Amino acid sequence: MKTFKTTWRNIRRSPYQAIAAVFVMTLTFLFISFFTFLLYGSSKAINYFESRPQVTAFFRQEVKQTDIDNLKSDLRTTNKISNIRFVSKQDALKIYKEQNKNDPLLLELVTADILPASLEISTVKIEDLSGINTMLKESPLVSEVVFQKDVVSVLTSWTNALRSIGVGLIIVLSLVSIFIMVIIIGVKISQKKQDIEIMRLIGAGGWYIRWPFLFEGIFYGATGALLGWLISAGALWYATPMLSSFLKGIPIFPLPLVFIFGLLSIEIIVAVVLGMLSSFLAVLRYLK
Amino acid sequence: MIRLSKVSKQFRTGVFALENISFEVEKGEFVFLVGPTGSGKTTIFRLLTREALPTSGEIIVDNWDILKLPANKIPHLRKKIGVVFQDLKLLMDRTIFENVVLPLEVSGIKAEEAKKIAQDLMEKVGIEPHRDKFPIQLSGGELQRVAIARALILEPDILLADEPTGNLDQVTAMEIVKQLLEINKKGTTIIMATHNVDIIKSLSKRIISLNKGQLAKDTAPSHSLPKSDNIEKKEKKSPSTSQRYPEGHSGLKEDEDF
Repeated sequence: MKTFKTTWRNIRRSPYQAIAAVFVMTLTFLFISFFTFLLYGSSKAINYFESRPQVTAFFRQEVKQTDIDNLKSDLRTTNKISNIRFVSKQDALKIYKEQNKNDPLLLELVTADILPASLEISTVKIEDLSGINTMLKESPLVSEVVFQKDVVSVLTSWTNALRSIGVGLIIVLSLVSIFIMVIIIGVKISQKKQDIEIMRLIGAGGWYIRWPFLFEGIFYGATGALLGWLISAGALWYATPMLSSFLKGIPIFPLPLVFIFGLLSIEIIVAVVLGMLSSFLAVLRYLK
Repeated sequence: MIRLSKVSKQFRTGVFALENISFEVEKGEFVFLVGPTGSGKTTIFRLLTREALPTSGEIIVDNWDILKLPANKIPHLRKKIGVVFQDLKLLMDRTIFENVVLPLEVSGIKAEEAKKIAQDLMEKVGIEPHRDKFPIQLSGGELQRVAIARALILEPDILLADEPTGNLDQVTAMEIVKQLLEINKKGTTIIMATHNVDIIKSLSKRIISLNKGQLAKDTAPSHSLPKSDNIEKKEKKSPSTSQRYPEGHSGLKEDEDF
């Protein structure tokens, strides 16, 4: 208890150094939080696109149901199809209404007649997509083919690149935070050199002197992590309606609370380790 | 209780702070350590608390061989020896109470118990009314009492007082000495380094004189005057430091006779 009091007094009596330390930690954890949200979102988007039909063939208006059934049979005989689903004009209208339920103006203008029927097709192997795509494009029944292979692969490569850049930046920011914290706590130890000498002369052991500095590092780390998380979670909460409407149909937002609070717990643990490590390095360096 | 055998301390510059010093102090003794500035009084205190190590010789404090004492035992040794430092070494950003209670905190005594002990001791040495003040708000004499209270709070077996009356007027100095005598009566071994001729003359105590790092004289206590009478007399008669010495004549010069 006394150690906590001493730690708090040390923090209170050099507020600018404390603010600088917390600020650095906040920046690091703000970046970590934003980056984690981004990675989570992109991985959800990839899952979404992967789970979606990989090829969608839209039929011409005049095509009859028997022709569509024949095409379905032809596709099945290739043995390359894992799933095939027919979406009628009525089904297409339902989907359209669901997607635009908040925009009555768009709903008024559309009827089932103007929407095309379609086939949603998934292949067993991703490399079979090109062949199915060609086959559908050559069919006189089909007016348009949407082929999503590129979307998934582009998104995956972007996510991988983001992950590499993000991890690199997190490592750099963490190292910068550690160095700055070592300097700040080192300065504090130097300022208290005389007090430390007095405490040693009246019988204080090494850990009695070290613990308040270690707790100080932990405090800066944990406070920085909490602030960084609060800012990022607040920004996410504020932006969720806009992002949901922007990424219409892709079920990413709102992010689950378990994930958001789980992130906070992990960040606090990492912050405590970072803060303690920084203080320990400072104590080793300056408290001989 | 304390034994120094052929102790020498040489600085890196080659200068000897102490040279071949030997003496013993028995449990419960009150000893004056006298000598001019630079004679080695403070160095002896620093050796006894393991703040410094001797170049040669042997130091035994309460059956502990100081030279062989492992680093992790040093805090234990320092808790057994109360020290009133020459420059007091009070923590300026802590209140008087926080300064006095610090050794108890360091020793892991529970806050409530520590508070009570500190409270009692502060009352005894007369600084209780200043408990929430900071050192900068107190006079020299009051600060000396704070330093004494802090040195005594762990009830040490040995008290080392390095010039505890330095920079104090004679009346205040005598009050401080009176308190040290009270402490000594309870069995604490006291070594008091001082320049103050009047104090030494007024008390019949053993005097160890140092000169240029060497033991000049070890005088046994004289019993010419009862000590309590002597102190009373000094308290009534002694003028302030500024009154004791004529203008242009520093007190230090007279002190340096030791």
